[in-house]
Amino acid sequence: MPEPMGFYTDTTVCIGCKACEVACKEWNQLPAAGGGRRELSGDSYDNTRRLDGTHWRHVKFIEQFSEDRSDGRWLMMSDVCKHCVRAACLEVCPTGAIIRTEFDTVVIQADVCNGCRMCIAACPFGVIDINEASGTAQKCTLCYDRLQAGMVPACAQACPTQSIQFGPIRELKERAQRRVKQLHVLGEPRARLYGADESMLGGLNSFYLIADEPEVYGLPRDPKLPTRNLFKSAMLSTVGAAMVGLLALVSFRKHRMDRHA
Amino acid sequence: MPDTFFTASPHWTWWIILYFFVGGIAGGAVMLATLLRVLGKPEDQPIARLGYYLGVAGVAVSGLLLTIDLERPLRFWHMLLQSHTGRPMFKAWAPMSVGAWGLLLFGGFAFLAAAGAAAEEGRLPWPRLRLLAEGTLGRVIGVLASGFGLFIAGYTGVLLAVSNRPIWADSSWLGILFLFSAASTAAAALLLLATRTGHGASAAAAWLARFDRGALVLELLALIAFVVSLGAVGRVLIGFWGVVLLVGVVGLGILTPLLRPEPHVRAARLVLIGGFLLRTVVLLASAPIHAEGSGVTLR
Repeated sequence: MPEPMGFYTDTTVCIGCKACEVACKEWNQLPAAGGGRRELSGDSYDNTRRLDGTHWRHVKFIEQFSEDRSDGRWLMMSDVCKHCVRAACLEVCPTGAIIRTEFDTVVIQADVCNGCRMCIAACPFGVIDINEASGTAQKCTLCYDRLQAGMVPACAQACPTQSIQFGPIRELKERAQRRVKQLHVLGEPRARLYGADESMLGGLNSFYLIADEPEVYGLPRDPKLPTRNLFKSAMLSTVGAAMVGLLALVSFRKHRMDRHA
Repeated sequence: MPDTFFTASPHWTWWIILYFFVGGIAGGAVMLATLLRVLGKPEDQPIARLGYYLGVAGVAVSGLLLTIDLERPLRFWHMLLQSHTGRPMFKAWAPMSVGAWGLLLFGGFAFLAAAGAAAEEGRLPWPRLRLLAEGTLGRVIGVLASGFGLFIAGYTGVLLAVSNRPIWADSSWLGILFLFSAASTAAAALLLLATRTGHGASAAAAWLARFDRGALVLELLALIAFVVSLGAVGRVLIGFWGVVLLVGVVGLGILTPLLRPEPHVRAARLVLIGGFLLRTVVLLASAPIHAEGSGVTLR
């Protein structure tokens, strides 16, 4: 069994070229949005806007400017499925379509998925959506087909700045930690890793180096598994069912006594 | 910002809203029918039979709604059997998986109960099917159908909670809330059906109206607990959906039938409208919420 593989995305060197988006679309044969009709977001140079069933990579453009725009900076982040070690989508999928591969990545099998969309609601990062072409839920496969052939995922291969790095998770983490230290020395104290340790969903096999709070990048601070609510929710409902039964019995008895009175 | 705001909507809209409504009524109706069957008198039996008919019709509609809501409807059976091996597909910790089996079992027992009821009335060409409604067998079928029916009434709220979406995953009270609402809407639907078939003045119909008031009180309490449990997230309800919740669900659907229970038929209609609106608010208020990283932020 190969060791866990994944992505380390260093957002501080991303130039927003979107080569990863294009490479992903080409390799995975994902159709253009809106049949190729160009739609502009109108408030950002980013027109992809979000990950969905036909956009498995998305370079977010975050423009941080002062009120008079005299001071500001651009943050860019190539977003993708996080391939969580404890994956919410895999946890709730009722058909078994979502599997964990030998590379410790998470893949949705298009021939099994029936499009119930439970995984879309479960993903803490809003990564998954329906691909209208297949009628199934889809997301980044971490190029499972390329990995099986010993190749690098299309996005990582296309990235011209090595913002997206692919490799064994263990190695990537060491590299990322060295980079954070370097950035701190260079005067970027906000640099930090997101999802590189096990406290976040057992670790994200696609983790990030970011230069601000997670929320700025549209990332949840403390993503959680859906089943955190299962026990309490199911217990309350069971108590509720007992109360309904009891109410029915008591009201029925009372009603019969009133009828006899 | 709450962590649930960074997630995407599963596009569960009208089919699912309708399923939550119809499935709840079906589950509750079978429970009420069984109570009338097991503890009631001979004169209560017509309404018990109506409850079973309502249950089996509701479960059939439910299955249909869930299937057409799938992006790939012909693969509905992937919920029950592993498509690669044909072995049973079941995940005890995944509410949709448990729900698929629950609906199948509820449907099966509700069908047996309804078949027994129809045979009892002489509506079927196989009079021996009366056995399904009589004696111990009839009671066992009824009790099992009721158990699965109550499960169907409540698991939908648990399913929403076991996600990461705003409102749904921010509370643990949706399951019990939907369950109480299923009880109140089931009693209302059965009461309307009884009135339409000429049993509106019966003792069982009067009991249904009384039971419904109790269920509405429970529903109101659970609704308050639900809104309180949302905490700061509850602010997303300020606006259109909050007005629908307050005026439609609480005002029209709960308080009016509680304070003005006569005539029964009007009260029952309001309860049904309120129950439908409750599910509409819960699903649609959550749908548009999505925090996006891209864009301009001033600092």
